Amino acid sequence: MKLHTFKIGGIHPEENKLTSDVVTKVASLPKQAIYPLSQHIGAPAKPVVQKGDKVKVGTLIAEAGGFVSAPIYSSVSGTVFKVDTIFDATGYRKPAIIINVEGDEWEDSIDRSDKLETLANHPELTSEAIINRVKDAGVTGMGGAGFPTFIKLTPPPTAKAECIIINGVECEPYITADYRLMMEHADEILVGLDLLMKAAKVDKGYIGIEENKPEAITLFKNKTADDSRITIVPLAQKYPQGGEKQLVDAVIKRQVPAPPAIPVNVGAIVQNVGSAYAVYQAVMKNKPLFERYTTVTGKKIKNPANFLVRMGTPMRDLIEACGGMPDGENKVLAGGPMMGKALTTIDVPICKGTNSVTVLTDNNARRKAVQPCIRCAKCVNVCPMGLEPYLLATLSAKQNWEKVEAEDITSCIECGSCQFTCPSHRPILDNIRLGKSTVMSMIKARNAAKK
Amino acid sequence: MFGVIIALIPALLVSFLYFGLGSVVVTLSSVAACVFFEWAIAKYILKKEPTISDGSAILTGLLLGFNLPSNLPIWIIFIGALFAIGIGKMTFGGLGNNPFNPALLGRCFLLVSFPAQMTSWPVVGQLSKYLDAETGATPLSLMKTAIKTGDASVLNKLPDATHLLLGNNALGGAGTIGEVCALALILGLVYMLWKKIISWHIPISIIATVFVFTWLLHLANPVYANPIAEILSGGLMLGAIFMATDYVTSPMTHKGQLIYGISIGALTVIIRNWGSYPEGMSFAILIMNAFTPLINTYVKPKRFGEVVKK
Repeated sequence: MKLHTFKIGGIHPEENKLTSDVVTKVASLPKQAIYPLSQHIGAPAKPVVQKGDKVKVGTLIAEAGGFVSAPIYSSVSGTVFKVDTIFDATGYRKPAIIINVEGDEWEDSIDRSDKLETLANHPELTSEAIINRVKDAGVTGMGGAGFPTFIKLTPPPTAKAECIIINGVECEPYITADYRLMMEHADEILVGLDLLMKAAKVDKGYIGIEENKPEAITLFKNKTADDSRITIVPLAQKYPQGGEKQLVDAVIKRQVPAPPAIPVNVGAIVQNVGSAYAVYQAVMKNKPLFERYTTVTGKKIKNPANFLVRMGTPMRDLIEACGGMPDGENKVLAGGPMMGKALTTIDVPICKGTNSVTVLTDNNARRKAVQPCIRCAKCVNVCPMGLEPYLLATLSAKQNWEKVEAEDITSCIECGSCQFTCPSHRPILDNIRLGKSTVMSMIKARNAAKK
Repeated sequence: MFGVIIALIPALLVSFLYFGLGSVVVTLSSVAACVFFEWAIAKYILKKEPTISDGSAILTGLLLGFNLPSNLPIWIIFIGALFAIGIGKMTFGGLGNNPFNPALLGRCFLLVSFPAQMTSWPVVGQLSKYLDAETGATPLSLMKTAIKTGDASVLNKLPDATHLLLGNNALGGAGTIGEVCALALILGLVYMLWKKIISWHIPISIIATVFVFTWLLHLANPVYANPIAEILSGGLMLGAIFMATDYVTSPMTHKGQLIYGISIGALTVIIRNWGSYPEGMSFAILIMNAFTPLINTYVKPKRFGEVVKK
C-alpha cells in the first residue's frame, strides 16, 4: 500500500486513541441547552426567538447574521429560558440562547427513519438545491474551524473546483469521533460526498484516511470499489495531516499558496467526514445540524467514550456520563491536546465544531518550566508551513508587528507542532497566536481603510 | 545537552586511555572550573538562579578540555574556563544568547595568550605523566613544515589513515586531548545522528568541503597533504562534529547550515595551509559564528505553497 503524506515538517505525537473501539453512545438530553451565537467563522447568528417561546427539536432559533455566517437550530424541545451571555470555549462571555428542556418533540419536517437515500433516487436535486439546503441547515466545517460549508461549495469566480477531498485523517491524538462516524455511517458519508461533488460540479472525490485506521480504509475501499470517481487515499501517519492545506498537499500533491489563497485556488474543496454526514442529513433527511459525534477522553477518565450528542449539552454532563472528573489537577480541553482550547469552565456547551472533550490530569496537564531558547531549530524543522516559529514567537512577544507580518505569521495554521517539539518548553504557539490575531486585525483595519 | 555529553563519552574514554593522568586532570579541572564560574557569575554578579542542571556548563567544560594539551597547568585551564564562561557566555546573558561558541573562545584566548604552552603537544601513551610529559610533532605541524619548506618528503613521516583514525601510534599521536582519535569522534557523530540531536548538514558539509578542497590542492602540488590525512588530522573531526554543530551559534535552516559548513571547511583549509597557525578549525568556526545571525536573517526555509518567482 503506497502511503501519501505532506512534504514539509510534521511530528509524531503519541496517539492515545483510547476510544477507537468504543461504539458510539447516544448522550442523554441535558436539562438546559445552551447555544452560543458564534459557533462558526464569520458573523454571529441573530436570535429569532424570545424568552418564553416554545421550540421543538429542529426549530430555527437564530438566523445567519451575514453572508459568512450560519443559522442555528434547537437540538431540544422546550421553552426559551433567556437570551443572555455565557462563557464559551474562548473563555470570554459571548451571547447565547438558553433553552429549558421539556420532553423530546421533533419538527415534523425531519425524516427520522434510517432508510438510506441515494442521489440516484433524487434526480430533482440540482447543485443549487443542494447548496441552498446545506446553507439553510446551518452546516459548517465540523473538524474544528467551523467555516460555513455552503461558501466552500461556491468558490470565487477566479477559482475552479476540480475535486472534493473528504478529511478522514483525524491526526489529533485522543480523538476518535470521526473514526467512529466512518465505521458506523460509511454509506451516509459516501452519499454526502456524492452530494458535495454534485453541488460543486466536480466528478472527482477523494477520501484521505491515515494508516492507523486500517479498518476504515478497508471499509471505504470496499464500498467504493466499483465507483471510479472516488479514490480512497491511505496516508502515512503524521501530524498535522488533517490540516486542510497539508491534506490537499498529501492527496493531490498541490500546495495552496499563502493566505488569502484557499484550497479551491488549487482546485480542491476539503470537507470533514462529519460535514459530509451533516450534508447527507441536511439534504436527504431535511435535518438541520444540531447533533454531532464527540469523543470524551483522557487517560484518567473512568469510561472514555464516543457520543452522539445534541449540541448545547454542557460538557459537564458528558464528563459525568464517563464517570466524572478524575482526582487530582485536571485540565479540560475543547478539542485534543495539540489544538484544543483549555477551558475556564466545564459548563461550556458542545458546539458545531466540538470534536472532543479531553481531560488531562496531573503531569499531563501541567506545563514544564520554560528555559531559554537554545536555537536548536527543531521548531523550524517541524513547521508544516515552512515558517520559523522561534522567530515569530520572539517578534510577537516583543510586539514587533510589522516585522512579524513580513515573516508570514498569517500563514501559521496554529497546529502547535513547534511548541510540542520545543526542548525548552517555550510557549511558542501562545505567542504566535497573540501575534497572528493582532496582525490579522491590523490587516483587516488596513483593508477597511482602503475601501 | 546531555545527549551531546553521551556522544562525547567514546572520545573521553579514549583520551583517558591515551593520555592517562594528564587527560584526567585537564578534563576534570576544565569541567569543574566551567561549572563553578557559571554558578558563581549567575549567583553573585547576575543575581539570578544558577542553571547548572541544564548541563551546558558541563558540556562547555568538556569541550574546552578536549581542545587543550594534556600537559597544561591547572591555572591556565582556569583562566580559559573563566574566559569561556565569563566573557563568552554570561556576558551575553547566559545560555542561548552567546554569539560565539564559549569553549572555542576559551581555547583561542589561551592560544594567543599562552602560545608556548598551547602548542606543545604530549605524545600519547605516557599514562602516569602530567606536566612532565614528552611532547612531539602533530600531523598538522608536519604538513605545515612541508608547505613552508616546499619539501614533500616531510609528509612521508605522516601516519597512515588507520593510525590517524585510531590515533595510537608513537609519532603522529600527539595533539589535544579530544582530537587524536577520529574514530571515537565519528562514533559520537553516528550517535547524535541516530538520536536526531543534530542533522548531517553541518558536519558532513565541513568534512566534504575540506576533503574536496585539499584533494584539489594535493593534485596540483604534492607538498599539500593528501585529503584523507587532512580530514583525519587535527581538530577537524572534533570541530565539525561537536563545535560547529553547537545549536546556539549555528544557523537555523538546513540551507543556512550548508552555507555555514562549506564556509567553515574552506576557511579551515585556507588557514591551515596559508595562515601562520597549523590549525585552522577553531578560527574558522568562530568566524562563521559571527556570520550566523546574518545567515539566519537572509536564508529562510521554503514556505509552504511558495510560488517560485519567474
